[in-house]
Amino acid sequence: MGIVEAILLSVITAATPLVLAAIGELVTERSGVLNLGVEGMMIMGAVSAFAITQITGSPYLGMLAGVACGALFSQLFAFLTLTLVANQVATGLALTLLGIGVSGMMGESFLGMQGIKLQPIAIPLLADIPYLGPLLFRQDIIFYLSIAIVAGVHWFLFRSRAGLKLRAVGDSHASAHALGVSVIRTRYLAVMFGGACAGLAGAQLSLVYTPQWVENMSAGRGWIALALVVFSSWRPWRLVAGGYLFGAVSISQLHAQAFGLGIPSQLLSSLPYVATIVVLILISHNRRMTLINTPASLGKPFVPDR
Amino acid sequence: MRIELEKRAKVSTLFSILSPFIAFLLTIIFGGIMFALLGKNPVMALYSFFVEPLSEVWSLHELAIKAAPLILIAVGLSVCFRSNNWNIGAEGQFIMGAIAGSILPVVLYDWQSPLVLPLMMLMGMLGGALFAAIPAFLKAHMNTNEILTSLMLVYVAQLFLDWLVRGPWRNPGGMNFPETRTFAVDAILPEMIASGRTHWGFAFAIIAAVLVWFMMRYTLKGFEISVLGQSERAGRFAGFSSRRMIWFSMLLSGAFAGLAGISEVSGAIQQLRPVISPGYGFTAIIVAFLGRLNPLGIVAAGLVLALTYLGGEAAQLSIGVSEKVTRVFQGLLLFFVLSCDTLIHYRIKLVFDRLTATNSEGSR
Amino acid sequence: MKKLLLVLASSAAAIGFATGASAQEKAKICFVYVGAKTDGGWTQAHDIGRQELETALADKIETQYLESVPEGPDAERAIERLARSGCGLIFTTSFGFMDATIKIAQKFPDVKFEHATGYKTAPNVATYNSRFYEGRYIQGQIAAKMSQKGVAGYIASFPIPEVVMGINAFVIGARSVNPDFKIKVVWANTWFDPGKEADAAKALVDQGVDILTQHTDTTAPMQVAAERGIKAFGQASDMIKAGPETQLTAIVDTWGAYYIKRTQAFLDGKWETTSSWDGLKDGILTMAPYTNMPDDVKKLAEETEAKIKSGELKPFTGPLKKQDGSEWLAAGAASDDGTLLGMNFYVEGVDDQLPK
Repeated sequence: MGIVEAILLSVITAATPLVLAAIGELVTERSGVLNLGVEGMMIMGAVSAFAITQITGSPYLGMLAGVACGALFSQLFAFLTLTLVANQVATGLALTLLGIGVSGMMGESFLGMQGIKLQPIAIPLLADIPYLGPLLFRQDIIFYLSIAIVAGVHWFLFRSRAGLKLRAVGDSHASAHALGVSVIRTRYLAVMFGGACAGLAGAQLSLVYTPQWVENMSAGRGWIALALVVFSSWRPWRLVAGGYLFGAVSISQLHAQAFGLGIPSQLLSSLPYVATIVVLILISHNRRMTLINTPASLGKPFVPDR
Repeated sequence: MRIELEKRAKVSTLFSILSPFIAFLLTIIFGGIMFALLGKNPVMALYSFFVEPLSEVWSLHELAIKAAPLILIAVGLSVCFRSNNWNIGAEGQFIMGAIAGSILPVVLYDWQSPLVLPLMMLMGMLGGALFAAIPAFLKAHMNTNEILTSLMLVYVAQLFLDWLVRGPWRNPGGMNFPETRTFAVDAILPEMIASGRTHWGFAFAIIAAVLVWFMMRYTLKGFEISVLGQSERAGRFAGFSSRRMIWFSMLLSGAFAGLAGISEVSGAIQQLRPVISPGYGFTAIIVAFLGRLNPLGIVAAGLVLALTYLGGEAAQLSIGVSEKVTRVFQGLLLFFVLSCDTLIHYRIKLVFDRLTATNSEGSR
Repeated sequence: MKKLLLVLASSAAAIGFATGASAQEKAKICFVYVGAKTDGGWTQAHDIGRQELETALADKIETQYLESVPEGPDAERAIERLARSGCGLIFTTSFGFMDATIKIAQKFPDVKFEHATGYKTAPNVATYNSRFYEGRYIQGQIAAKMSQKGVAGYIASFPIPEVVMGINAFVIGARSVNPDFKIKVVWANTWFDPGKEADAAKALVDQGVDILTQHTDTTAPMQVAAERGIKAFGQASDMIKAGPETQLTAIVDTWGAYYIKRTQAFLDGKWETTSSWDGLKDGILTMAPYTNMPDDVKKLAEETEAKIKSGELKPFTGPLKKQDGSEWLAAGAASDDGTLLGMNFYVEGVDDQLPK
């Protein structure tokens, strides 16, 4: 295996949780809800995926548990912000705080245990393509899911009736409500989807990336995912590009160090963040394109008049 | 059964006052149950959380020290958030303020004069404001979303500080450990009262809160902020420029965060080290909203949040719960406070409609 | 409900008792941790030491601790809280607590303090540290024997003297076996981020190292090494579970002996300010069993360990050159502790540049 392929493999592993958490948040935000609790939902997904894997011995069940736990945990946020119209920004941050605390408590008895890794699945025929095969078709199920989810979300948002409704809710909840779309229910589901994706991202951390449980193991990746949604201007494929760009720069800086370039490691470490900003500046020049894709009701509470 | 909200005709004064107390009561009940389930003594736990930190003078000082940066940052952020500018990079501005303010005591350490301290504070504000100017410029002129830029710049600031204290600014007499010289006496923000450690950073926080409160309430600028925040279009009709507002609010909150940074470094840490903030810039976002974006509310919210940190430590010692449990309890409190605020604007009704499902819920 | 009321009533009574009960004659020994006590690395090692202390002197002392205390003003508050709550001896277990410890110690002259890995002492503040580098030297020798390519990867956290010292000792050990041995260093800029540590490990393996060693806290690099089929060294605790066929040995922090020794002195009224820097011979660090290596390598490692314990071998002994080729120590000269504790240069053979 050449060095380029090796780097790309590491990039894929590093970018997958970012893409997953971000695509879920993208749907949530498209429905007009800003959930800053991604980090909290992610860490909850990581701990439950690890715990269930340990208990049942099956990483697949663990993965499902991660998804379920993320989805469930997000409903706490949904209840507060949608039913009780509590402030979304503060509730999201509080959700992160709670998630880190609860996951630490839940995970206490699983510390130091050896993880079980989700094994790669080779896709027949495709896996044998030179270069691309080992990179893209000998991956674990969560990677395949991440691509499928992005494609699905793209199709859903722009090609399906339900997706149209969801975007309508996010752009103008008053008009959507007038047209008979249930704003609150749509948003509950969107938040749940966001939670499920963040949970899956967490499962990737504790089952694929580093098959173990340690407190706080998401280490701020939820925040990066949030930034990526903005980076993508709420467009699914651009989000993938952003996630992989971020992952690529992060991995390359480590290689640059191992190579012995002699540049301060802090400067190298800051590259992914700077690169994301620079690219965003370059692509967000077109004000109208950005506005079209920004959910106009983002973060605004909705209470139906009766 | 489901919950329905009905908008009140006007904001309920009764519940604006009462809702924190209801939230507090709910926290006590649920928190008590949680501690009981963990096999800990609930009364003892609640006592350590809410009473013990308030029962001693030294601890009150600690409360003020912990709350000061939270309040100061949150007051600045409230102006941003009210005008719809999503600066979530206050942590970075805090750090850059601390760095800029430390130039005098670290680089020009020989220069001792009563001017040092005021200059440090000014440079701290300047440093924070300049760092906030980056996302402001990018938003106002390059149309780049400030959520991403301000957040990403936090990491840049952290790494920059790390590089400084390990490299050029490292204390030559410090055995090559990553920290700067300890500040000279002239560069240390003095204590306010003789009875304890509270430094003038707390006074800055309170003054800032009162000033911003005054501005929001009595000046045209305050009106401009609210109008632009509610609707950019309406603001334009009134002749307000949203671009100018981006600059104003970002620079103001950056300056406050920077002042908080240099006050913390000068008053409490007295040197720069790789990590100078346990996430104040992020916690302050919660404080801002907990205080309902009202500067005086923010003072209260900052004190309450600081109390839960102190209480968490007290509970670790008195009943031996882990630090995670204290964090869960903190989350619980936040959730109740946030949800009880609903009562201010809405009436909550429980609707039992198993048989009479006539509203839009059924039609999808 | 009735039960709840009962619980409440009894708790109310307990508060009353608690204030009165502190008059008991057990000394309180307290700890301030920078991380969670279950972090699997640095803090956990200290907490195990605390538990050993509690077991050893169960009838004379009780222990208390505060975990995840951020450095800075929070640390000052935490230490002061412990001092006020009647702790007689307080161990502050992170370098960043140094100034906070000194400040609070001035306020509480009757309380004794021990600060880990720092250099400032006071009449009631002692410091303590562990000669981790002795273990690193042994690891270097093993690496040079085991590596086919003659290149090891080193995942470092932050460029502080402690870490630099470790890198140098590793290289010196390795070069005592294979004078051409090289290492590649990656600074992860974190003590604790499994993902990033794993990425760093992968980068190093991809660039051709066949031995990994780490100065960060999680087992992620060990897992990567296991997956890629190369060998690795554990850090802070025995990581054999993460790599049953991968771990060669590990440096295990065993603070317990020191805590017991100092607490005993405190109880006997013989506590004095010291700056102790114990090593393998004092049991403040131990080597995990030498595994996954041929017998001759194991024998070499055991011999080196014995020589270090007996004082016959000092890892930092000349002839040694600095990275730039200039002379550091003449043949037979051993480095003084001061230079080591403030170490900010590499020795020859490190393929990296140290941030200046």
